[in-house]
Amino acid sequence: MNFDFSDDQKHLKDEARRFLQAECGADRVRKVLEDSAQTHDAELWAKVVAQGWLGAAIPEEHGGLGLGHLELCCIAEELGRALAPIPFASTVYFFAEALMLAGSDTQKAAYLPKIAAGEIVGAFATSERPGPLSLEAIAAKVQGGKLSGVKLPVTDGSIATHAIVLANEGGKPALFIVDLAAAGVKREALETIDPTRNAAKITFDGAAAERLGGAGEGFSLMEQVFDRAAVLLAFEQVGGADRCLEMAKQYALERYAFGRQIGAYQAVKHRLADMYTKNVLARSNAYYGAWALNTQAAELPIAAAGARISASEAMWYGAKENVQVHGGMGFTWELDCHLFYRRSRQLALVAGAPRVWKERLVSQLERRNAA
Amino acid sequence: MDFNDSPEEAAYRAKVRGWLEANAPKGAKGASLGDETDDQLDEAKAWQRKKAEAGYAQIHWPKENGGGGGTTLQSVIFAQEEARVGASLGGPFAIGLGMCIPTVIATADEETKKRFIGPAVRGDEIWCQLFSEPAGGSDVAGIRSRAVKDGDDWILNGQKIWTSGAHYADYGIVLVRTDPDAVKHKGLTMFWIDMKAPGVETKPIHQMSGSSGFNEVFFTDVRLKDSQRLGKLNDGWNVSIITLMNERMSVGNRVGEVGGGSLSLLKLAREVIGDDGQTMLTEAALREKLADWYVQSEGLRFTGMRALTSLSKGQMPGPENSVAKLVMATLAQDLANYAVEIEDQFGVISDPSVATSKAASQNTLLNSPGMRIAGGTDEILRNIIAERVLGMPADIRVDKSVPFKDLPVGR
Repeated sequence: MNFDFSDDQKHLKDEARRFLQAECGADRVRKVLEDSAQTHDAELWAKVVAQGWLGAAIPEEHGGLGLGHLELCCIAEELGRALAPIPFASTVYFFAEALMLAGSDTQKAAYLPKIAAGEIVGAFATSERPGPLSLEAIAAKVQGGKLSGVKLPVTDGSIATHAIVLANEGGKPALFIVDLAAAGVKREALETIDPTRNAAKITFDGAAAERLGGAGEGFSLMEQVFDRAAVLLAFEQVGGADRCLEMAKQYALERYAFGRQIGAYQAVKHRLADMYTKNVLARSNAYYGAWALNTQAAELPIAAAGARISASEAMWYGAKENVQVHGGMGFTWELDCHLFYRRSRQLALVAGAPRVWKERLVSQLERRNAA
Repeated sequence: MDFNDSPEEAAYRAKVRGWLEANAPKGAKGASLGDETDDQLDEAKAWQRKKAEAGYAQIHWPKENGGGGGTTLQSVIFAQEEARVGASLGGPFAIGLGMCIPTVIATADEETKKRFIGPAVRGDEIWCQLFSEPAGGSDVAGIRSRAVKDGDDWILNGQKIWTSGAHYADYGIVLVRTDPDAVKHKGLTMFWIDMKAPGVETKPIHQMSGSSGFNEVFFTDVRLKDSQRLGKLNDGWNVSIITLMNERMSVGNRVGEVGGGSLSLLKLAREVIGDDGQTMLTEAALREKLADWYVQSEGLRFTGMRALTSLSKGQMPGPENSVAKLVMATLAQDLANYAVEIEDQFGVISDPSVATSKAASQNTLLNSPGMRIAGGTDEILRNIIAERVLGMPADIRVDKSVPFKDLPVGR
């Protein structure tokens, strides 16, 4: 039984943490939060590109480091912990994964090396209206290789150079790669709950679109991409949730009330214990997701759902109770608690909300446990 | 990262699987701890003896203590294989081998060790643990059973409660007060006791679930020899810590079944028809809860695997497993109640020949309150996680420096 990361992978994780502690302190996250003109931390992005992290799971033949998804999970956890305000998730967990999953050899050769080199920032555009994705929810369409429609929110839509878009062609959903610098693309940044992660409304009006994957495969490919992204996002969520517990723990030891450290009171103590418990479960479920992703196991849909559901709960609980433990100070702009609170929502929504994943999980369980 | 055995583990697993296939009792019917019938006890004892003779009882103990001289992980592998063939009959011996005998090993003289270790490992003798009293459950150090010196002997009077298996135990370890003038933690002593000694009376506790696996044990002028003392006089608190540490380390089949009880709920939901003519499994609210419980159960299962991985590497598992009972007990209670509720009016039926799943949900519903209390209440477990794992300061104790006899008592 070896249900753990290797020493090399743990070493990579430690290195990533050290790097981000130096290059991505809370002050840098705040700059992006507070300056609406800043879509991301471009300086940090350039340094992350130089680390080679974008290509961690991209094969060497396509210009990547050729490490693997386990290494990517380690990096993801540290990025989540640091609340890195960069378009890493969109480019790597969604755009690159979609290409590796469904791209033709030509497409892989055209895009993957550029992603690894930091020349492409990718976005994944599916949502058009409130509510979970469904066939009826997709109005965007491609005709004669031209895409029309409106997508919002598109995470990292203002920053991306390219987007993969879910649209109908001939009445059937498919994925399409679009160069966002080309004609027929209009982008407007959106105000969101988490300004440290850019989102945009993109209006396509006859933009050139290149199909990715088979005709009519849009939904099934999207689900497969979401499964992969869910696992990687779960590691960001676990990193964030652990940081919330650390902050709450520290405050509980430093803050005095009624003559004692507030951590001595059971109401606070038990809250921290519950945060710890959820974090333990989330980490364990994320590890299973990592295994399934790394081995392309048949269990991946179930493992991804478990990872996302568990991690979303842990980071939500951790973030909101971290505010609570900090009392009035937790409710200030000045303290970092709300940074995690905001990011916990962004992460929980970006690949579809937990409630949708719970339904997906039960559908899989029904299939696996057929009567 | 993988779930495969290492080559050594795989070879060991194949070996024990072969042995079990040839030797394990077929069609054994275990029971919950304390509820075993005489026949079930006999079957359990016979199996324990057989395992001991082959070196498969207490595999992780050294051979000089009757064990197999193997590793903790080998113990786990054997337990998994044993469960696989439905031969997990070690319940009656778990307390003795997991807590009492390790305490004896840590504190007793050679003669005592020699007398007790072998028979316990072979299943010839069963032990119980006599700590909790009406006066102190969570507050273990608040116990009142009193041993008074009488020459070289001690005379014990008092009462213990919630003693699993006392009705069939041969021996026990008992924590008693030997100095009421000292502060409460410094006036306790541990002894081993013969459960058949004159003055020891066991009465079953009628639990809210209807069964009686737990007991009260009354001591009326029970004579203990000073040679029965385990550890130093008035140092019983430290001895009890040894016992409880061993409880925490006692290794069983750490990794439960896939999905815990949630898959039973799925099966039940598939059978029960809702008010729209469809099975309850089509109901959105149920599906959401099912997903939550499945994910929680799997989180526990994977946490157990992380612990096994540490063992596999020869390391002590981290504190993550401390969440197991805390999560499991409430999960079991909530899930059982949910199952009972989806059956609607029918859910009250507990006759196993009429109820669904032989009334499993009804049983769990009535037993689960005990799971949230026994072996560390939910509240104590949260205190332990917060204090020992997260480093929170201890609560104020108003009784630590007061002579025991001066402490206030309530109900």
